[in-house]
Amino acid sequence: MAAIRHKMSRQLEENITENMQNMSDEELFSFQTFQTEEGEKTAYSHYSYWKSTFASFRKNKISVFLVCLVLFILFFTLIQPYLPNQYDPNMVNNDPQTGVQYRNIAPGEQFWFGTNSIGQDLWSRIWTGTRNSLLIGISVACIEALIGIVAGVVWGYIRKTDWLFTEIYNILDNIPQTIILIMISYILKPGVKTLILAMCLTSWIQMARFIRNQVIMIRDREYNLASRCVGTPTHKIIFKNLLPYLVSVIMLRMALSVPAAIGNEVFITYIGLGLPTNIPSLGRLINEGRELMMSASLRYQLIFPTVVVSIVTISFYIIGNAFSDAADPKNHI
Amino acid sequence: MITYLAKRIGRSLITLFFILSVVFILLRQMPIEGYFDNFDKLTEEQIQVGLTQLGLTEPMPAQLLNFFTNLFQGDLGMSRRYRANVAVTEILATKIPISIQLGSLSILVSLMVGLPMGILMTKNKGKMFDKLGTLFIVFIQAVPAMVYYLFIQLYGTTLLHVPLLFDASKPTCFILPVLSMSLGNIAYYGMWLRRYMVDESTKDYVKLAKAKGVSEGNIMRRHIFRNAFVPLIQYLPTSFLNTVVGSIYIESLYSIPGMGGLLVDVIKKNDNNMVQAIVLLYATVGVIGLLLGDILMATIDPRISLNKKGGGR
Repeated sequence: MAAIRHKMSRQLEENITENMQNMSDEELFSFQTFQTEEGEKTAYSHYSYWKSTFASFRKNKISVFLVCLVLFILFFTLIQPYLPNQYDPNMVNNDPQTGVQYRNIAPGEQFWFGTNSIGQDLWSRIWTGTRNSLLIGISVACIEALIGIVAGVVWGYIRKTDWLFTEIYNILDNIPQTIILIMISYILKPGVKTLILAMCLTSWIQMARFIRNQVIMIRDREYNLASRCVGTPTHKIIFKNLLPYLVSVIMLRMALSVPAAIGNEVFITYIGLGLPTNIPSLGRLINEGRELMMSASLRYQLIFPTVVVSIVTISFYIIGNAFSDAADPKNHI
Repeated sequence: MITYLAKRIGRSLITLFFILSVVFILLRQMPIEGYFDNFDKLTEEQIQVGLTQLGLTEPMPAQLLNFFTNLFQGDLGMSRRYRANVAVTEILATKIPISIQLGSLSILVSLMVGLPMGILMTKNKGKMFDKLGTLFIVFIQAVPAMVYYLFIQLYGTTLLHVPLLFDASKPTCFILPVLSMSLGNIAYYGMWLRRYMVDESTKDYVKLAKAKGVSEGNIMRRHIFRNAFVPLIQYLPTSFLNTVVGSIYIESLYSIPGMGGLLVDVIKKNDNNMVQAIVLLYATVGVIGLLLGDILMATIDPRISLNKKGGGR
């Protein structure tokens, strides 16, 4: 790269010297009139934050591929029930001739991913499960970000609230998350909403603390000080000065909380407090597969959901990191 | 220093008080069916008698006061349904050592593998080893722990010919649980050490050391590593203390009789005394760990002083 640039600049230099030799002295030493438009040209830059972000994101081929993959999975989970020849994820399939359940049928033509121990179609269960898990993951990430950003900005920017939030943080951080999850699922009706609520109830404070630390770091930088001196209202400082600076880290945290929430769902299902059995989720499928994993012929019931879960979580992780690199203004020049 | 510590400990005690109160009040919101084995067959009267015996009919502040008076006398109460009428402390005393043993082993392993991994990744930055390491870290960080725990158990037991379930008398039984528990921490230490070391290695003092002619190995060891390790050391006490809490996944996968699944168990059984004792343990461990971490960091790094209020702001 450097070598090419060097070559190019040498060529340019040669061109200029050649041109100058062809010019007469009058031409070379005449006064140039001041041209306003030309002067303006350098002052205006074509820099656009989001354009540069996407430009540098596009350079990362793996992440672009993963974004397409995630979008495809998302799209597919939504249209899968409407495709022809799909089974209902909760329907127990019986053999039409004998009336016996299709138990533990290996993957094949009729059941693409096989069936589970009570004869439900694993293919449709996996896609329904992925849809539910993604719904939980993305909702948790969005709610957490929303509450976390609001609380974090208040916590970091308004000094008087610091002790209050710090105390709340100390308390929430030290109560084991398991307790809150279990209690919420006992007190409320189990379901997707309860699960999302239980996860957000403890995790928003982590996001808030993270934002608070960032806000404190940049709150008193010179440009914010200058804004305050010229009397910029606080909300404008927050929305125009602070938050744009934090976009990259916020996006990173959001992207990382999707795999975290999916993992949490697996955990909650494992301790027996997940979604009701008629709502399949990746956690439930993994747990159902775990119970059968010791017999080699049934291992497909564990492997399919784990592969899907790994693809989804790793994709989000890598996309998040790549996007946060791309969104960091320091990497734009 | 001493005033700082006193203040800090005082504040921690207040935090502990709040945590316990919140959990105490939350526990009383649980459905009362949980307190009885055969709830459906009991009459209204019997239920009332049972609740009175448990002291649950008293007003909440009185219950809370009772609990704290007992706590100050060192009485955590009896377990009611987990193991009926056995002192809570006695149950915990048999379970904690197992979890500590397992957890400390796993931390030692993760430090012994994770730190060299971070250093080697920094040295080979951008090369094959760095890329493989990053791949490993991404995998461990992104994929739910359950997934690789299961596969370690599945293939590890057949590969190493160790029994599937835990048996304290056979040392080989420790291999798989400790390995599974360590992977997450290895990735954590490797990732952060690499990041801090890469950050440090571009700083001016490293350039100066190079210009002075300090050998590459010496720069790595004496300069970069020491500075990069300071932020990590803050979490060491917490992670050692946290071993008390155990790991729910590992201990139940390998049937290890440790602390891991205990909390879930006792909450499901509405065994309030047990839950409170365990929460107290969790919270104390968290608070002490944070304090020790700060002290350790201030001892290792002379630039950090605990007395200055909000030094970094």
